[in-house]
Amino acid sequence: MIHSLFLINSSGDIFLEKHWKSVVSRSVCDYFFEAQERATEAENVPPVISTPHHYLLSVYRHKIFFVAVIQTEVPPLFVIEFLHRVVDTFQDYFGVCSEPVIKDNVVVVYEVLEEMLDNGFPLATESNILKELIKPPTILRTVVNTITGSTNVGDQLPTGQLSVVPWRRTGVKYTNNEAYFDVIEEIDAIIDKSGSTVTAEIQGVIDACVKLTGMPDLTLSFMNPRLLDDVSFHPCVRFKRWESERILSFIPPDGNFRLLSYHVSAQNLVAIPVYVKHNISFRDSSSLGRFEITVGPKQTMGKSIEGVTVSSQMPRGVLSMNLTPSQGTHTFDPVTKMLSWDVGKINPQKLPSLKGTMSLQAGASKPDENPTINLQFKIQQLAISGLKVNRLDMYGEKYKPFKGIKYMTKAGKFQVRT
Amino acid sequence: MSSNSFAYSEQSGGGEATELGQEATSTISPSGAFGLFSSDMKKSPELFHLVTVPSDFLKTEFFTEILKCFRDKADLRNEDLKQMLESNKDSAKLDAMKRIVGMIAKGKNASDLFPAVVKNVASKNIEIKKLVYVYLVRYAEEQQDLALLSISTFQRALKDPNQLIRASALRVLSSIRVPIIVPIMMLAIKEASADLSPYVRKNAAHAIQKLYSLDPEQKEMLIEIIEKLLKDKSTLVAGSVVMAFEEVCPDRIDLIHKNYRKLCNLLVDVEEWGQVVIIHMLTRYARTQFVSPWKEADGLEDNEKDFYDSDEEQKEKTDKGKKPYTMDPDHRLLIRNTKPLLQSRNAAVVMAVAQLYWHIAPKSEAGIISKSLVRLLRSNREVQYIVLQNIATMSIQRKGMFEPYLKSFYVRSTDPTMIKILKLEILTNLANEANISTLLREFQTYVKSQDKQFAAATIQTIGRCATNISEVTDTCLTGLVCLLSNRDEIVVAESVVVIKKLLQMQPIQHGEIIKHMAKLLDSITVPVARASILWLIGENCERVPKIAPDVLRKTAKSFTGEDDLVKLQILNLGAKLYLTNSKQTKLLTQYILNLGKYDQNYDIRDRTRFIRQLIVPNEKSGALSKYAKKIFLAQKPAPLLESPFKGRDHYQLGTLSHTLNTKATGYLELSNWPEVAPDPSVRNVEVIELAKEWTPAGKAKKENPDKKFYSESAEEEEDSSESSSDSESESGSESGEQDDEGDSSEDSSEHESESGSGSEAENKRAAKKNSKTKGKSDSEDVDKENENSKTSDSSNAESSSIEDSSSDSASESESESESESRKVTKEKENKTKQDRNPLTKDVSLLDLDDFNPVSTPVARPTPALSPSLIADLEGLNLSASSSVISAPDAQAPDAQAQQPWLTGPAAPWHVGSSWTGARTRIPCIGRRTLNHCATREALTHSLYFLYALNLAKNTAW
Repeated sequence: MIHSLFLINSSGDIFLEKHWKSVVSRSVCDYFFEAQERATEAENVPPVISTPHHYLLSVYRHKIFFVAVIQTEVPPLFVIEFLHRVVDTFQDYFGVCSEPVIKDNVVVVYEVLEEMLDNGFPLATESNILKELIKPPTILRTVVNTITGSTNVGDQLPTGQLSVVPWRRTGVKYTNNEAYFDVIEEIDAIIDKSGSTVTAEIQGVIDACVKLTGMPDLTLSFMNPRLLDDVSFHPCVRFKRWESERILSFIPPDGNFRLLSYHVSAQNLVAIPVYVKHNISFRDSSSLGRFEITVGPKQTMGKSIEGVTVSSQMPRGVLSMNLTPSQGTHTFDPVTKMLSWDVGKINPQKLPSLKGTMSLQAGASKPDENPTINLQFKIQQLAISGLKVNRLDMYGEKYKPFKGIKYMTKAGKFQVRT
Repeated sequence: MSSNSFAYSEQSGGGEATELGQEATSTISPSGAFGLFSSDMKKSPELFHLVTVPSDFLKTEFFTEILKCFRDKADLRNEDLKQMLESNKDSAKLDAMKRIVGMIAKGKNASDLFPAVVKNVASKNIEIKKLVYVYLVRYAEEQQDLALLSISTFQRALKDPNQLIRASALRVLSSIRVPIIVPIMMLAIKEASADLSPYVRKNAAHAIQKLYSLDPEQKEMLIEIIEKLLKDKSTLVAGSVVMAFEEVCPDRIDLIHKNYRKLCNLLVDVEEWGQVVIIHMLTRYARTQFVSPWKEADGLEDNEKDFYDSDEEQKEKTDKGKKPYTMDPDHRLLIRNTKPLLQSRNAAVVMAVAQLYWHIAPKSEAGIISKSLVRLLRSNREVQYIVLQNIATMSIQRKGMFEPYLKSFYVRSTDPTMIKILKLEILTNLANEANISTLLREFQTYVKSQDKQFAAATIQTIGRCATNISEVTDTCLTGLVCLLSNRDEIVVAESVVVIKKLLQMQPIQHGEIIKHMAKLLDSITVPVARASILWLIGENCERVPKIAPDVLRKTAKSFTGEDDLVKLQILNLGAKLYLTNSKQTKLLTQYILNLGKYDQNYDIRDRTRFIRQLIVPNEKSGALSKYAKKIFLAQKPAPLLESPFKGRDHYQLGTLSHTLNTKATGYLELSNWPEVAPDPSVRNVEVIELAKEWTPAGKAKKENPDKKFYSESAEEEEDSSESSSDSESESGSESGEQDDEGDSSEDSSEHESESGSGSEAENKRAAKKNSKTKGKSDSEDVDKENENSKTSDSSNAESSSIEDSSSDSASESESESESESRKVTKEKENKTKQDRNPLTKDVSLLDLDDFNPVSTPVARPTPALSPSLIADLEGLNLSASSSVISAPDAQAPDAQAQQPWLTGPAAPWHVGSSWTGARTRIPCIGRRTLNHCATREALTHSLYFLYALNLAKNTAW
């Protein structure tokens, strides 16, 4: 399966290598660099590259390429999914996943990688188990380790590895028993020129932070479970129960985890909470263009829209922009031609707008296309799909846990064509 | 230097190595194993000594020589590291090891430190040890002789009571790629494969692959171990051993037969990576063992119930060809058991299930995968890339599958180009008369995109849509012509090329467009586009008689400055005009031919010569020149605008080969469906011995009534020598009736079989009837069952447990049409069990037989359970009070009333035993319950775990 792993930074340096079978020379990465050069942009580097003797499968995250070298047929998603899991694990361990952090913690990284793969086949990828095998570095532990000479390596096999509940360790203890669930929905939408919706879908997740003592058995029920028609679960969820009763029944992992993610597809009617009025025009004769956008609320169920940012990739011909916002701040990068406007909260009484002129390169013809507007926003206490949690019950333990649920709607890939 | 070496052998090295040596001698058992070991060792006597008697060896010159050799090579910068490694303090050693690992990570060579590092392999500090392991695995291959020094440490660790240590010792030992230790590895793997800890067995499965890659000659012995491990029932082992199977002997499909049903049933509980491997393997298996379900794909939907019930073999024997296709129950089992995995969070698992459905499920059922695949599109760009590629292939063959999700493939301006182009590809494949107008509007936006590569691809797409859907050809053409006035040259060029193709396909008069394009020739510079225009004019030169010669005149002027591609087309145009309109163009053509004659490019010179001979009449030219016009202006077939994914469908979906569109090393072809299914009975698991062991002799009599029910089964007749318990486990058996009597036989057979059983079964059946008509809710069933458990005495406790789960599945029956028939199977099993059980009452609580996985016909993996365990379990049961291991149903009724869903292993049960005296609480939860069966499986599993735990405790802790 996975033969070797190379970590390559954005300037093309291999700063970490790990081999699980015999050593593969790092010159194999030359093929990758070639492909990178051809692709011009990092995100266009093909994830699968074939070389005479090896295949290079890569993922690009946090400005680092994780390049896996394989020699024989293997489902490419297997490798890609694993590489993403590696990145997630690093993030989980170190908070961020960046080149300096990986370099600083190279020993832990190595130990973790050693545990995650054996002979190129995934061994322990569940972060709970890994953390028991190799403890994540904390400042306190580093201090303690230097004084006492103890180590980050656990000497017991994590109990989860063997039990039927591999995602939860035994003997968890908390003084405050609490369980929080965040229902977060992201709207992916394309709005066309005239303001009508081309396509809109909702990607929802329920992220949980469960800190409960012992082996609690939780059930979570919904007011309107039929909304959840396309779901994927954390392995802890009892699928059969869901099939028959539409109730989530599970023994939660300890700490943070993603309980489920769901998809409300484009076939359903999705409420779009904002609208954008725009008037962007270039004229053939002059080198000046008009630019005007206004953002306003629509179908928000009475909730306010916060954290609004508008960004747009302007055509190459635009030299500079002279704009005045009614609120917030805006910037225009003349090199990347990226306009971004940090709006903040939308006040329905006084709609935020951004008006002004664009100056174009003299002599250049007017651009064919008007720029697309990308929108970001947040709405607290609202799940736009209408999903509502009915109740959370706990069985198997005696104490009364503190329960909390939060809803949030965000813009995902929200685009307005102009 | 010399003093250093002296110190080394005096202080730590000496002592250590002596220990190592002793250890080695002691751990290698003197029996056959030793022979195995030494036979190989004879090849290099020194090394043999090194491992077995190094205490003497250390003092020999040879050893110091080796050390010296490395020392001389050593980089002086690493001197301090060596000193740290040789210090007495663990902290210094650890520090040194950390720095060394840092060096390895950066790819710097640290091999010269090998002797200093390897000494620490026996360190007490676990972190140092781990880092030494990391180092060893990296460099042992390069320094094989020295690496041998560490072997005995691992051999000792292999016997460690702690399973973690055993496992990691095996891991490192097998990762050291030193050919000389192959026999030792073999021995270690053999032992580990019989280890009590499933974790160690899992590592053994991994080690198999490592040994195989090191020495392929060991294949036969390794296959034996694989065969043994395949029987393992631990979910931990399953994925790894199938991986080993795929690597070592993917052609030995016969090893899978007996484990097929078990693997299907375990699948949901295997860790996600194992799932992927198992699903891929089972896909291949299914393609060799079952007949194609695709033949009459249409008729299948209505009588889905019949699939499950009827036995393939049965059908073949009785009335071959008469009946429509019916699916092998094992085939159905695989399809059904993989379905929940579409809900996995792991994209690789979802993709694996999708390809399984694509390749082996009836076409009418494959549709369910599209939703899950579309969900994956929200994932990272790399995942999207692979998934879109697979969807592209699928959408060519079965458009309908993804049509409802058309809008999910709309392109966003923020998508990377490669994703955009894949999405376009899919949109093209999905285009039809109904949606084309929407799509074209969408394409209009894309054409204006700032990403010009994407815009060009969109134009290609429009061209393809135009040829595929004749209704819109004209619209597309006008649209494309509009694009000709676009400012961007790439867009214009691409449009020209596409228009050329479109016009070629439509022999209708398009003079206006051609004229328009001829005008473009003045402005456009992209060679392909210019060449296309010239070709088009040449081809239609008779339709635009005025323009064509003028174009030739213009291009003749610029001939020398043109691209080779364009030059060739100018020559072509000249030739064609010469033939049709020689009056006007004769001189021009000759001028061009003269230019071409002295061109730098030999292709052009060749072409010139060829054309001249062909068209210009002279005395030498033969018969051919008479046909020159026919040759040049022949009717040419229109180009086919095809999807680049057309050819990919012969690769299995989701594979690397599919992604690359070339055969990757190690790609295993998916075989075609067999014409006639191979004998399905090979998958039957023999459980007779076990059953016989536990049931008194009188049982045989009891079975007679059963036999009557099953007598119609061909299987039964065939293997009448086998006890009928075998035929019971065969789900197909009852299908005999079904085939003859149709659906109604379900009920009648129920009645018949019921006669022997108690009133409780009556209740149960009533409940079932109700649930069939959706009258009863699940809770009612539970109530009933509580009643049962209250009223019935302990003797039928186990039968109610089955009922428990069957009522569970009854509630499901609304959704799954086939569950109905499954139920019948279950019920029958219950019945027969009840028939037999009165005699087996005393072992009943732990009689694994009774926790037969309800939904599945056979799957009785019990024989693989070590006999000693069975004995232990039996002992456990007999000695302990009846509440020792309470079967899920035996829970106090009130407990169930409180938690009615806690059926089967979902309930945490209290297990205590007089055997250990301890009360251990095992939370045995699982998605296992999610699946239809595994009640019993979970029980054995956890019992096994408990057993292993206790044993480990007794021996070690």
